[in-house]
Amino acid sequence: MAISREDVEYVAALARLELTEQETQEYTEQLNSILDYAAMLEQLDTDNVRPTAHAVPLHNVLRKDQVNESIPREKALRNAPDADEGFFRVPKIV
Amino acid sequence: MSVVEKSVSELHELLVHRDVSSTELTKAYIDRIHSADPDLQAYLTILEDQALAQAAEFDRKIAQGEDIGTLGGIPMALKDNMCTEGVRTSCASKMLDNFIPPYNATVTDRLRAAGTILLGKLNMDEFAMGSSTENSNFAKTRNPWNLECVPGGSSGGSAVSVAADEAAFTLGSDTGGSIRQPAAFCGVVGMKPTYGAVSRFGLVAYASSLDQIGPLTKTVRDNALVMNAIAGHDLKDSTSVPYEKPDYTKFLVNDIKGLKIGIPREYYGEGIDSDVAKGIQAGIQTLIDLGAEVEECSLPHTEYAIPSYYLIATAEASSNLARYDGVRYGYRAEAADVLGMFKTTRAKGFGPEVKRRIMLGTYALSSGYYDAYYLKAQKVRTLIKQDFDKAFEKYDVLLSPTAPTPAFKFGEKSANPLAMYLSDVTTVPVNLAGIPAISIPAGFVNGLPIGMQLMGKAFAEGTLYRIAYTFEQNTNYHTLKPNLGEVLARGNR
Repeated sequence: MAISREDVEYVAALARLELTEQETQEYTEQLNSILDYAAMLEQLDTDNVRPTAHAVPLHNVLRKDQVNESIPREKALRNAPDADEGFFRVPKIV
Repeated sequence: MSVVEKSVSELHELLVHRDVSSTELTKAYIDRIHSADPDLQAYLTILEDQALAQAAEFDRKIAQGEDIGTLGGIPMALKDNMCTEGVRTSCASKMLDNFIPPYNATVTDRLRAAGTILLGKLNMDEFAMGSSTENSNFAKTRNPWNLECVPGGSSGGSAVSVAADEAAFTLGSDTGGSIRQPAAFCGVVGMKPTYGAVSRFGLVAYASSLDQIGPLTKTVRDNALVMNAIAGHDLKDSTSVPYEKPDYTKFLVNDIKGLKIGIPREYYGEGIDSDVAKGIQAGIQTLIDLGAEVEECSLPHTEYAIPSYYLIATAEASSNLARYDGVRYGYRAEAADVLGMFKTTRAKGFGPEVKRRIMLGTYALSSGYYDAYYLKAQKVRTLIKQDFDKAFEKYDVLLSPTAPTPAFKFGEKSANPLAMYLSDVTTVPVNLAGIPAISIPAGFVNGLPIGMQLMGKAFAEGTLYRIAYTFEQNTNYHTLKPNLGEVLARGNR
């Protein structure tokens, strides 16, 4: 078993996902089956292989530092579940 | 022949000669959607009023003698992960059920500038995660060739609406096969362009180093016409590549003499349906008869593509989908404190496959496992890319089945995530390497279409179009249509 039930609970906390008892159980089994399969990568010697993050390498894509039009605040807030006086409202943090 | 069955290039001729107006055309497609979609469920949003208004505006322009371009007045539709200002863009997720983008994706803008008419938004696997469109939170899209079968995915709605004449063309997105596999399952042409050829600005991100937008069409010519409109550098996407965009229709010549085609033997291994393999073999013979030089070759790391892909894609997804926290847009579940709000929002807003991928990706990126999984997968990605580089020293294109099987039945793979992932074996290597690939209709197995995949060098879409066009001109698979008699009769009742 590559991954335990405790691992699944820990990862769910990292991912900010509240899992039900049934989901925790299911994901433990399914992630194990997927990771068992992924273990075949260990067969390959990759000590001298550089990782590829992007297939087409691009470096330092910059544009001129000029002010462009942006989405107005009112429009940006239109999809907010809760907004007030130009701000996003969230439950109390402290 | 009903007007909705025609290709984009045929419709263009009708519009130019005023044999049909865009309003008439748009009405015909809307009628078709109303009849076919109760069964097929390709659309999540139908924009009847907006489409007719856009068509009327176009008809005024053409009456005034304005140049209409090659796509002007043509009704089309977009996968529901491409942002459309003022029109719901849901990604087939409860999380974005009420999301109305305040801006357009670059492809939306470019197609609008080309004068096309937006008919609506199309069903998909939630956040483009899936291979059957069964992961949609809202609709069950059916394959028009057999209503018991899935349309493929994740761009299931995009493929079905083209196959069933509910749109003249559509756009899909392809992270691991999501344009090509549904195109194959539904018997249409689907192009996954080179990474960076089409702007991703306004495409809701799944796995940013793999995602690419492309056209699904009835013919190869139509595909090249749509690529002409959507491809090209975009300052709003920092991964967009500044390259000399050709006129893709220039490559549409009925001649492939002397082109070298490699057949990677690893794509015919375990899991490939023998009838599919036979069908593709017949297609290869057609290309040989037309003058192509065909040879078997090897991409030795192919079997490692699936684990490499699913680790990289899910890692990127876990990061991309962190933005859905119930604060700025989308669904929010109420809770007493902010952490509880995040966790409950994400628990209730995401479906099971999306959560599974977030979990796998978070694990692959987490401290202690990063090197073993994510970094390892990226190194294997290099090996897979090198396989292609080496093959392309010798061959102009590589050829394979698009998918190991024809369309499968609903529920057949949805209980076992790994079985579903393995069905992507022929498509994911292309995304890892960032190269272009096209799926074209190449025959039938048990009454279901199969697709032939052509893979090319980066930015060599033109060569793919040339071979695809030649194949199409010398076969009749693309002219065959699903029998929609009963579907339409039920819809019209």
